[in-house]
Amino acid sequence: MPPPVYASPIEKGWHYSYRVICAAIFVFLIGPIFVIVPLSFNELPYFTFTPEMLSLDPAGYSTKWYHEFFTEASWQDAVQNSLVIAIFATLISTFLGTLAALGLSRSEMPFKTGLMALLISPMIVPLIISATGMYFFYARIGISSTHLGVIVAHAALGTPFVLITVTATLVGFDHSLTRAAASLGANPFQTFFKVTMPLILPGVVSGALFAFITSFDEVVVVLFVGSVEQRTIPWKMFSGIREEIRPTILAAATLLVCVSILLLTTLELLRRRSERLRGIRAN
Amino acid sequence: MKSALKSVAIAAAAALFAGSAHAVDLTIVSWGGAYTASQQNAYHNPYMKANPDVKIINDDSAAEGLAKLRAQVESGKVTWDIIDMVAADAIVACDEGLLEPVDADAWLAAAPDGTPASKDFIPGTLTIGGTNCFIPQIVYSTTFGYRTDAFKGKQPSTIADVFDLKTFPGKRALEKKPIANLEWALIADGVPGKDVYKVLATPEGVKRAFAKLDTIKDHVVWWTKGAQPPQLLADGEVVIASAYNGRLFSAIVEKKQPIAMLWDWQAFDLDGWVVPKGAKKMAAIKKYLRFATDTQRLADQAKFISYGPARNSSIAKVGNHAKLGIDMKPHMPTNPKNAKTILIFDYVWWADHRAELDERFNAWLAK
Amino acid sequence: MRTADGVPLKISLQRALVRSRIRALLLVVPLLAFIAIAFVLPIGDMLFRSVDNRIVESILPRTAVAIQDWNPNGTELPDEAVFEALTLDIKAGVKARTLGRVARRLNYEKPGMTSLFRKTGRRTKRVAGPPYKERILKIDNRWSDLNTWRLIRREAGALTSGYFLASVDLKTNDRGEVVWQSEERRIYLTLFYRTLWMSALITVLCLLLGYPVAYLLATLPLRTSNLLMILVLLPFWTSLLVRTTSWIALLQTEGVLNDVLVFTGLISDDGRLQLIHNQFGTFVAMVHILLPFMILPLYSVMKTIPPSLMRAARSLGATPFTAFVRVYMPNTVSGVGAGSIMVFILSIGYYITPALVGGRTGTFISNFIAVHVSETLNWGLAAALGSLLLALVLALYLLYDRLVGIDNMKLG
Repeated sequence: MPPPVYASPIEKGWHYSYRVICAAIFVFLIGPIFVIVPLSFNELPYFTFTPEMLSLDPAGYSTKWYHEFFTEASWQDAVQNSLVIAIFATLISTFLGTLAALGLSRSEMPFKTGLMALLISPMIVPLIISATGMYFFYARIGISSTHLGVIVAHAALGTPFVLITVTATLVGFDHSLTRAAASLGANPFQTFFKVTMPLILPGVVSGALFAFITSFDEVVVVLFVGSVEQRTIPWKMFSGIREEIRPTILAAATLLVCVSILLLTTLELLRRRSERLRGIRAN
Repeated sequence: MKSALKSVAIAAAAALFAGSAHAVDLTIVSWGGAYTASQQNAYHNPYMKANPDVKIINDDSAAEGLAKLRAQVESGKVTWDIIDMVAADAIVACDEGLLEPVDADAWLAAAPDGTPASKDFIPGTLTIGGTNCFIPQIVYSTTFGYRTDAFKGKQPSTIADVFDLKTFPGKRALEKKPIANLEWALIADGVPGKDVYKVLATPEGVKRAFAKLDTIKDHVVWWTKGAQPPQLLADGEVVIASAYNGRLFSAIVEKKQPIAMLWDWQAFDLDGWVVPKGAKKMAAIKKYLRFATDTQRLADQAKFISYGPARNSSIAKVGNHAKLGIDMKPHMPTNPKNAKTILIFDYVWWADHRAELDERFNAWLAK
Repeated sequence: MRTADGVPLKISLQRALVRSRIRALLLVVPLLAFIAIAFVLPIGDMLFRSVDNRIVESILPRTAVAIQDWNPNGTELPDEAVFEALTLDIKAGVKARTLGRVARRLNYEKPGMTSLFRKTGRRTKRVAGPPYKERILKIDNRWSDLNTWRLIRREAGALTSGYFLASVDLKTNDRGEVVWQSEERRIYLTLFYRTLWMSALITVLCLLLGYPVAYLLATLPLRTSNLLMILVLLPFWTSLLVRTTSWIALLQTEGVLNDVLVFTGLISDDGRLQLIHNQFGTFVAMVHILLPFMILPLYSVMKTIPPSLMRAARSLGATPFTAFVRVYMPNTVSGVGAGSIMVFILSIGYYITPALVGGRTGTFISNFIAVHVSETLNWGLAAALGSLLLALVLALYLLYDRLVGIDNMKLG
């Protein structure tokens, strides 16, 4: 959008410098994430560009850190743990969160604001506090240092996201549709699966994606509630940074960026579909 | 995609409901890295070979060992079988009743010449700090390493040189704890080694120690994990660093980094096994410990890492490095050449003052 | 009016309402129960540790009772009965191997208690009978110090304020007065203060960087802004550890940024800048991580401001600057509020990033909570610090609810 032709030189100057400032901020936002991609192909075990890399000498590059990531047992265990924990936590939070969102969006729901505030609090309470609380309490009920313990903890942290996204989809939801279905003889289950579900599905899925990424990226709670048997990718990265910094961490980071891009794309497609379905025209 | 999901589901089920074909699983908590590897080679592998019904699971969370042990014992849900602990933590844990008492001669194997275990371990180590829960494996030391290419001419050789920024400019790395640093500061400031705790027991002594640390504060990188200081030295981020002697050995001898040892006033410490109170598999635990702490096994460990065995009968059996074939004896902290001046921690004094000085140290750091 | 089965309509409607209320509630109950057990109870349990002092009365039960009769303001030592109670308690504690716990608890208040109890524990074996007082005093002369007994009496109750006092650099002195901790041990107020001002500055920086970007996104044509939005959302969706790792690679002394500066000749190889493991590192990394949380709410508010508003202001003679400041900005206040509170709340509780890049001067109160949980094992103090932090966050959460409404929270 160029400045209008009638703009004064000062306005024009400002217009372009404003664009430059914004471009710089975008670089600040996105640059660091992509810097690690070439670094992860470093031949040497450093976190910086070697002269060989800068002169684009193929000898300066190597895929050995990816090789290490895909062959070393501890990283592979971490991948497996991350997936298992995130998938189960997502299932629990999506199920419980969607149910609760359905209840909370009903106009006759009592104590709505208070309940909502309570149920969203896992997102707000500092992780270190949640993690310490769980550390003591989960030990007491015998689920600390187990997959179950970490899954339960992550499910608790993930539900607010499901709650928020599903509630947002239900804002535009026309409750007369379910009444219509009921009056036409559908039982509650049929009503839910045939009428409600297709409409809120985009919200459910994007909530599930949020819950998934919350668990997949989470490290504080795993550090406290889990033990080595539950070591996830972020745990490996955290302890790697604190102890022996190796470019394998960069390889893992690059792969995680790919996962984020994938999730983001899915989410964007869902959002568009949802807007189309609910008849909200973009803009 | 479907098969990928399926394998995830199977893995998940396996992870959730892990059942084992082995008769006994022993969960042994240790420090990870090269140290666990040395235990794996010297203890675990031969033990599992001799006892195929036992599977040893390594848990690398010894750094949080004391905290997690306390949470486990407090809740009555003990999942660990054996823990590798430093002496100071073992004393605290034993005092708080978190550990099983050890009957040394009943549990541990005698030396090949028949000397009972209680006489064969280095005197005082089995009853460290007046406790009876600790089975020492190794003597290690926190000492200094410096970059050999950092200084022209004179190289640092004493603890005072560590604090001498004029002659030896450059960054230092020290552990982010008051213990050892305060003692070294006083010695560097001219306090005779034997009087360190006498001086430190007075408010003026503590002040003096912090004042000495103040002189290098702006040039110190603080480390928290044993792997950091060798890395900092290797990367050239610091020129002198305190570190565990075994880690320095590995950087110098195995990785051939331009680093040299500075043994002056190395701080001796012990590391060993403890058994959590309420551990369920006592018979299997005792059987393993008897094997893993016998004369040969302790001597074997020194082939893989340069820490001194805690049994007198093992010291003579220390041989060559398993891969490099070099004699390990000159690299032991207990070697008389390296141990001309040593700092022996006063654990009882530290038990009284640890909380107070931790706080003061943190406040000092934050300023 | 009555319904077909003869019930008055009013009652029937009420019943229907109750039924549908119950039905709505039933949908929420599973999650509520889950959150209560998995999240609320653990936190409550932890908070209780900040005042829990049962350890003294459970390990020294006889002494805790007997000492109540002793006057702490006098100049006399407790009498024989108290010494007898203490001897029996210590003997039982040695036998149950629990004496170390109470010693450790009392040592937080008064350094030296650990060794006193250990020494006494070892030697009470030989104290077979009366006179207890004389024999205990012979073991260690700290038992003849009135302050030792004042401490035991003060901490004999089931609840203590000791941890909370310690968490704001206060302590109870020997005379039972609440006083400041000695100068060189004061740390937590400094840390709270640092956490707050650094979070405030991070929030301001996010606002300064986020506002122009949000404005640009809101005013550009949708097709372009959707593309640019990806640049905001991708960091938002990228793992915290990935982003922290990137900043370590960029900022460390041997890192990319220093290399570039050396290469361009702006600094010499010996004069590499310390950009990480200090406050600067924390600022840069946290602003980067939290910036999307500022941009997204700002954007969603700016999106609702009709462009005609600015045009109207211009046509009425306002300069672009005046129009922007006087007309546009006041309309974005709710977005500024939502974004700022969100960023501030997230910032004051941060743990991972300050732990990895904060070094000595850039760490937050969270980092000390972690230290007390897993290193020093002073769980009471960790709980007290956690309670204060939690209270702060919840107050801000309420403020957020007032200003924005929790229902209006949006993601992505």
